[in-house]
Amino acid sequence: MYPYHVPLVWTAFIALFAGLSYRLVSMARLAAREKTVLPTLDAKYGARSILHWVIPFNSRNMRMRPLFTVVSFAFHICLLATPLLLMGHAVLWKTAWGLRWWSLPPVVADATTLVVIAGGVFFLLRRIAAPEVRKVTAVSDFLLVLLVISPFLTGFVARMQWFRSSIPYSTMITIHIVAGALWLAAIPFTRLSHMLWFVFSRAYMGSEFGAIRRARDW
Amino acid sequence: MADAVDMAIVDKGIDDSIGKLTPERIESVIRRVLDKESGARLQVYVETCVRCGLCAEACHTYLSRDKDPDYSPVAKVKATLWEMTRRNGRVDGPFLRNAARIAFTECGTCRRCSMYCPFGIDIAYLLSTVRRICALLGIVPQYMQDTTNAHSVASNQMWIQQDDWIDALMWQEEEACAELPGALIPLDKEGADVMYSVIAPEAKILAQLIGNMAILMKAAKVDWTMPSADGWDNSNMAMFSGDYEIMGRVERAHWERAVQLRVKRVVMGECGHAFRGAVYDGPKWLGWRGPPIPMVHAVEFYYELLSTGRLKIARKITEPVTLQDPCNIVRGRGLHDKLRYVVRALCEDFRDMDPRDEHNFCCAAGGGVINCGPPWKLSRLKSIRVKAEQLAATKAHTVITPCHNCHSGIEDIIGHYKLGMHTKFVNELLVKCIEMPGS
Amino acid sequence: MVNPSNWDWSPGRKLVADVNDAGPDFVVRELAVSPDGERLAAAVQNGDTHHIRVNGQLEPQEYEKAWHLRYSPDGRLTALVRRNDQWSVLVDGQVWEEQFDYAWNTKFSPSGSIGVQFKRDMRYSVAIDGTPWEQSFLSCRDFAMSDDGQSAAATVQVEALPEADIFKFLQGTWSIAVDGKAWDRKFLNAYTPRFSANREHVAAQVRLDLFEYTAAVDGTPWESRFGCIWEPTFRPDRADLLVPIRVDGGWTLAENGKPIWNRKYVQLWNQRLSPDGRRVAAVVATSYGRWTVAVDDVPWKLTFGNLVAAPVFSADGHHVAATIRTDAQWSVAVDGAVWPAVFDMAWEPVLSPDGSAVAARVETGGRHALAVNGVVWRPRFDRLWDPVFSSDGKKLLVRGIDDGRYHRQVLPVQEVIG
Ligand code: HEM
Ligand code: HEM
Ligand code: SF4
Ligand code: SF4
Repeated sequence: MYPYHVPLVWTAFIALFAGLSYRLVSMARLAAREKTVLPTLDAKYGARSILHWVIPFNSRNMRMRPLFTVVSFAFHICLLATPLLLMGHAVLWKTAWGLRWWSLPPVVADATTLVVIAGGVFFLLRRIAAPEVRKVTAVSDFLLVLLVISPFLTGFVARMQWFRSSIPYSTMITIHIVAGALWLAAIPFTRLSHMLWFVFSRAYMGSEFGAIRRARDW
Repeated sequence: MADAVDMAIVDKGIDDSIGKLTPERIESVIRRVLDKESGARLQVYVETCVRCGLCAEACHTYLSRDKDPDYSPVAKVKATLWEMTRRNGRVDGPFLRNAARIAFTECGTCRRCSMYCPFGIDIAYLLSTVRRICALLGIVPQYMQDTTNAHSVASNQMWIQQDDWIDALMWQEEEACAELPGALIPLDKEGADVMYSVIAPEAKILAQLIGNMAILMKAAKVDWTMPSADGWDNSNMAMFSGDYEIMGRVERAHWERAVQLRVKRVVMGECGHAFRGAVYDGPKWLGWRGPPIPMVHAVEFYYELLSTGRLKIARKITEPVTLQDPCNIVRGRGLHDKLRYVVRALCEDFRDMDPRDEHNFCCAAGGGVINCGPPWKLSRLKSIRVKAEQLAATKAHTVITPCHNCHSGIEDIIGHYKLGMHTKFVNELLVKCIEMPGS
Repeated sequence: MVNPSNWDWSPGRKLVADVNDAGPDFVVRELAVSPDGERLAAAVQNGDTHHIRVNGQLEPQEYEKAWHLRYSPDGRLTALVRRNDQWSVLVDGQVWEEQFDYAWNTKFSPSGSIGVQFKRDMRYSVAIDGTPWEQSFLSCRDFAMSDDGQSAAATVQVEALPEADIFKFLQGTWSIAVDGKAWDRKFLNAYTPRFSANREHVAAQVRLDLFEYTAAVDGTPWESRFGCIWEPTFRPDRADLLVPIRVDGGWTLAENGKPIWNRKYVQLWNQRLSPDGRRVAAVVATSYGRWTVAVDDVPWKLTFGNLVAAPVFSADGHHVAATIRTDAQWSVAVDGAVWPAVFDMAWEPVLSPDGSAVAARVETGGRHALAVNGVVWRPRFDRLWDPVFSSDGKKLLVRGIDDGRYHRQVLPVQEVIG
């Protein structure tokens, strides 16, 4: 890290958290105006639905597409775990705030990074190959996947010290940090917000199915 | 590509009305629905959808049409609501014509796809929102609009006059008494345990179903009644045409009739969409969180009577039967196990379908699709080849359909795909199988 | 008008009739009790013939059908009867001379007039006190009578509608007919005609376009248009019309076309006026799934989950009561407080003239009982009719069947509430 990276990192985190809070509050307002939505949410059935959908192979659709299920879960788990548990990041947390937690052994982190990249490539190929996905795909969908894998690509390149002859390590790190910052900042404001809304859309459907219609939704 | 023949179908209700619309009107109606009538749900659904296409596999329309991507749930939303949102309501006539066809005739709001989308996005709700927009713009398939008009005038879906209704009840009482003495149909009996409510086709073309119910009630010694006045039909095409005001009026009439009669609960005849209208959509629009008085669907009621021994089975149906799970009572009420209990109690050779229960395929008649009428019949049948294959695989002779939409829909499938089967309501089998009192 | 002061108000219980005394050949189809409680009428069936029995006396006439047994407020017994395939109205043993292909929906005016809808030669119309309107229509689905019974108004179909003609429907095929004469203007739909107290005006809900509703008075719609409305009521003392209206997804109350209440409700219907016409009570949902009564736009604090039935005012207009259902149990709420007792069923409350006592019939464990101010009177019944207060509010007339016997009983209110 160089001093000029600091404001960038701060901006990204502020964008992430302020963005998420803003989205959440304004959506809650909107939901309250639509008088039936909030009263319909049911804690028990909402939780039941979320739970059933974060367990691999628990829903019929997940069983019908084993490959996709494996890739999707591996992608998401690695995508969330890698940046949080990365040694290279841990050092930064420590120097900035003195925070410390367990880190992935570097080889494992390399592997999870590659899983995310591979997952991203899989999603990109699927968008081209599967007609039902291609039908609803726009350029932005490709860009989004590229954005999602970009910190992984750049981080990996930096760590492996590849292309050092043409791109100095520090530049590579800068590129990586810019990609990472964009990644973080994009979450609240792009379709990546599905990370946030997943909980609510599932909970709502789970409440309708469970509490009102007395049926299972998985 | 969407089917060219279907795209060319002319429906007066859509085609004749579109020409009268101005761009201003279109824009203001769409924005009203998007900004005022909808809110967080719509926004979350539109934004969250990651366009993964996982919902495609759920939809009978998509599967039956050789996985044509135009028929996947998300593609239907893309072609309609996303575009309306993206263009902020500035869409034109040809766009709306396409949107109306998709929303009214290529989605039966069966909600199966919500169980396949990992986010639980309610595509049926999104397409119903498109229907609402179409309804406000006055572009609704002719026959569906006509049914809605019948609801608005007669509080029932078939324009049945009040005297014809009473007459049908009295006639069916005579028929029932001929089978089982004392099988009366008590009219307007205040304080009865059960009010039985039916949909208009029972009074108009399938009246024996009411007579059958009188026999079952007598045999099970149920304290019951039927209303002689409006409010007896809680089926609701207005719910599907997007005319929520008429939907609310019909359901209010129904529930106020039940409250006036001070019945303990309402048993709904074998109809799925009427159940849905009376239990979910109607009450919700009116401000009730559920029906103000409990309502059970006939299947649940039969289950209750059989499992408690109030109805006893004397003989069973021997020919092979299969069963259509009506969306609105399986995904809509989780009645699949009770339904199978009833069917197994009645039939020796029951051959289940696969997938089933909450994962059943719709009959393609539901959600108002069959009410779009003759112009759309062939299109509807093209959309439901999967069901024909499912039915054929069971090699059953009889298809049990505890829902009026399923009944007509499956009947059409059998005819079109030459399956050589026939459909029956549970009620028709019950009267053949139960032990009659005094015999 | 009925005057209960003329009834026998001396405390005591008397056996009036045995429900099943006609013997096993007769099936009792319907029962009705006269307002003063002195008579128990039954519609009975013996094989294919139907008869009327009053206080154990079988009336001589036989009918192919006899049903819809109702006492008018002034104590005349009516039924819908069929002879020779023709329907008519039986009033105190006399069948109207007019015969119809069908007759139904008996209604009474407070003054005692009797009206029905009828069909003859595939045309529909209304008959009051045995006299049919001269005009008939393609259909008729509801009617109302003026308080004095001198006038009637009905929702009628005035234009034929070819099958599935959705465009002609838009031009209007329905209207309101007053004393047989239809309003000039046609509507997509017209609902719930209502008379002003002096019978000079008739109002109804009308639908001007698929999504455009308003109220019309004497055939002229209000200027203002709404997304939806419910049935109108005239203030009893003047011709001002109250209508629940839906504006921007919420409901409020309008008078003569303009909102008079400020609050927006999730629902608002069944508005009722105090007898002097000054106060308005209505059923409202203050939020999704929470129901209560609002009096002059002030909702009760207590709300109920399942339903609130139409409110009832005391004669002095100071008190309001309504049946409620919450958490799957029925009870009665009075002036914002709910009775502590809950029931399997509760009927519409009856208020003493000064509102100090509120009585309702209730059901628990399959048996019926009378409850006053939340206190349940010990005797149990197979069936009860609404209690009636004496004009001084001190006594109650109880009409009930127990063990197959119908009794009329007058008791001091104090005896119940102790
Ligand atoms: C925004 C602030 C960020 C900073 C300052 C930062 C910094 C770093 C540093 C210093 C390294 C170490 C390179 C090395 O070992 O030589 C690294 C690696 C890495 N970073 Fe970041 N990073 C940031 C954000 C992110 C984000 C948001 C992600 C992913 C979502 C991410 C994913 C990775 C990955 C996958 C690696 C390489 C992992 C490996 O193969 O070991 N980084 N990052
Ligand atoms: C913990 C919260 C999250 C949940 C529950 C979640 C859930 C999902 C689900 C259900 C899908 C649909 C397809 C599939 O199953 O793969 C999906 C797709 C996707 N997710 Fe997430 N996600 C989360 C977080 C994230 C984050 C933080 C990112 C990246 C910033 C992300 C990136 C993606 C991408 C790129 C896809 C698209 C796949 C495609 O193009 O088809 N997700 N996610
Ligand atoms: S028909 Fe059913 S599965 Fe297909 S889009 Fe509509 S709701 Fe979804
Ligand atoms: S499954 Fe859900 S998220 Fe995926 S495309 Fe369909 S609606 Fe969108």
